[in-house]
Amino acid sequence: GTKKLNYKVEEEYPDLTKHNNHMAKVLTKELYGKLRDKQTPSGFTVDDVIQTGVDNPGHPFIMTVGCVAGDEESYEVFKDLFDPVISDRHGGYKPSDKHKTDLNFENLKGGDDLDPNYVLSSRVRTGRSIKGLTLPPHTSRGERRLIERLSVEALTSLDGEFKGKYYPLKSMTDAEQEQLINDHFLFDKPVSPLLTCAGMARDWPDARGIWHNDNKTFLVWVNEEDHLRVISMQQGGNMREVFRRFCVGLQRIEEIFKKHNHGFMWNEHLGYILTCPSNLGTGLRGGVHVKLPKLSTHPKFEEILTRLRLQKRGTGGVDTASVGGVFDISNADRLGSSEVEQVQLVVDGVKLMIEMEKKLEKGEAIDSMIPAQK
Amino acid sequence: MATSFTRMMSGRNTAVVLASIGAGTLASGYLLSDSAAAAERKRAYPPSADFPDLRKHNNCMASALTPTIYAHLRDKTTPNNWTLDQCIQTGVDNPGHPFIKTVGMVAGDEESYEVFAELFDPVIKDRHNGYDPRTMKHPTDLDASKITSGMFDERYVLSSRVRTGRSIRGLSLPPACTRSERREVERVVVTALSGLKGDLAGRYYSLGEMSEREQQQLIDEHFLFDKPVSPLLTAAGMARDWPDARGIWHNNEKNFLIWINEEDHTRIISMEKGGNMKRVFERFCRGLKQVEQLIQERGWEFMWNERLGYILTCPSNLGTGLRAGVHIRLPFLSRDPRFKKILENLRLQKRGTGGVDTAATGDTFDISNLDRLGKSEVELVQLVVDGVNYLTECEKRLERGQDIKIPSPVPQFRK
Repeated sequence: GTKKLNYKVEEEYPDLTKHNNHMAKVLTKELYGKLRDKQTPSGFTVDDVIQTGVDNPGHPFIMTVGCVAGDEESYEVFKDLFDPVISDRHGGYKPSDKHKTDLNFENLKGGDDLDPNYVLSSRVRTGRSIKGLTLPPHTSRGERRLIERLSVEALTSLDGEFKGKYYPLKSMTDAEQEQLINDHFLFDKPVSPLLTCAGMARDWPDARGIWHNDNKTFLVWVNEEDHLRVISMQQGGNMREVFRRFCVGLQRIEEIFKKHNHGFMWNEHLGYILTCPSNLGTGLRGGVHVKLPKLSTHPKFEEILTRLRLQKRGTGGVDTASVGGVFDISNADRLGSSEVEQVQLVVDGVKLMIEMEKKLEKGEAIDSMIPAQK
Repeated sequence: MATSFTRMMSGRNTAVVLASIGAGTLASGYLLSDSAAAAERKRAYPPSADFPDLRKHNNCMASALTPTIYAHLRDKTTPNNWTLDQCIQTGVDNPGHPFIKTVGMVAGDEESYEVFAELFDPVIKDRHNGYDPRTMKHPTDLDASKITSGMFDERYVLSSRVRTGRSIRGLSLPPACTRSERREVERVVVTALSGLKGDLAGRYYSLGEMSEREQQQLIDEHFLFDKPVSPLLTAAGMARDWPDARGIWHNNEKNFLIWINEEDHTRIISMEKGGNMKRVFERFCRGLKQVEQLIQERGWEFMWNERLGYILTCPSNLGTGLRAGVHIRLPFLSRDPRFKKILENLRLQKRGTGGVDTAATGDTFDISNLDRLGKSEVELVQLVVDGVNYLTECEKRLERGQDIKIPSPVPQFRK
């Protein structure tokens, strides 16, 4: 409460000397002093923003962000913290930069012919936040339930290839749960302290759930790390089709929300507004599970990925190791380039890497194929 | 189809209302001193919209919380702006413990127990065997000289220990405290402890600054506490900012130990090998009184009132906050089917030797008092002394092939 203002800045300022995350690099005592007597209209404070970064000094493999937004206004009220964090995280993105949104799948070139002998599956995901409501670190139970109600009403009105069903986490049957686990759809209560310290697991599993279409190619998570996580996926290498369904589905959902004066949080500087600054812009991670046993052991593998603006993960997702030479390869960027551009990078990059893999299989060198920095 | 959306529109959201005041207001945010914002946000939703779903829950809070009580209390705050939702978050997030009925709520400050009395009182009554804070008074008695027969048979009793907690009045409790308040607790307590002399003289080890060697030493002595992993505690926000302002103090003799800013402002522990519970309790009382005097010299005091005794974070620790116990070997008695009933009637509980939530290894048990509130420290320690002596007698009788009796139940607190 306001009692904390009776203490001097240095008494309240967190000890970040052993920390290694974006927030810790940016938040000086002076900056903290400037921000600590502010709150957003819904009551989110700078201490709320940084708690996850204070509680989690560093991740062994990746530089974590260390701060979250509690509502759309957080990015404005705490601009002096978020702007440099965003710049650091998103390749020098400036406060004056504008972000381009392009969900026109027809602008994607190719993408329907990734070699299925190598590409096992293709997937595109993003997140969306409902304008006017607070974000997962801050929502009350009433707000979270409203987010669920609004989302379910919108999703259950979809038809055609998007006709589907909602499974609330707290009332799914054992059989439904088993099926969703087998389909790899089910998300669980977050255990990562990065998320729990930010308050995102409160009241679990209240108002959380999973919606998917009958074809099991379009999936929406409600109230996990964001209001909505939207996922389009299928076996094989037809990324073009995955992206088409992604764009069409998203736009249908957005139309329904807009019709009731509830668009998604978006602005021309930050694109789509999500809980974690790392997901601003497109919030898009488009990727494939691809077999690259030879290329992945090549000394230049990391460099190739960097130049292609791609990242690798294990097939269990973030924080997992690869199994059997199969990697999850996806776009590294989120902010400053459009959805089409990011998926294009994945399509082109994966195609090139498969060529490289084939060359290495034949015992040939790949040095001439290594691309310039994109 | 329109209903959810139109309800949202008419229950208008703060951001839109305030955005109409001017973009400048939005950009610079609101001053922390303006609590109107949070209040406005709450009123956009009726209490029924926020009432937690507790149908699958089994804890004292879930048993006591009705929609009516929630509606009365949801919009109230303590002087530190602590709310009911914050008190109950841990109970909402943790539906039930497999072995014990957990409390399911915590206090954020001393005033929580008053402001949210409508919920705390029935929870206290449930947890503390019918103790009614509205009508009853809790006795405090730290005169160790009153203890009789406080020396156990050391062929059975391996160690003796008494612990309690104390909170510094005027500072928020671990679920709610800011970093500055937590650091203030550390300062106040460490300063006081540095004034202890004689057999109580000792030193402080800050968790964040201790050397590897010191850490290993403290682990080997079983003194070191670690960042809480139990979701009961983490969901209540007690692990925030770890390890900032957390530490361990112990005397040079290593039989008087204080934890700072773990689950309470302070946890005070007196212990030693062997069965001299009277001496353990005597040192406990002496140490507590000296610490209290030292903080009073600087204008501070412990949280205490005659309704609830010593105020601690968890309602289960109100009253004396005292757990007095022994590690005792009972190979025969523990296999006797009457063991459980004997403990029950003596108002004792058994735990594994790793503490709460652990199982016993071999034949050695941690035996301690069940009650905390409604009986004084002296009464509870005497109860443990009499109980452990009785258990030892039973063990000896069974060894000799003699029969044992289940004792009559110890009387409850004076109502």
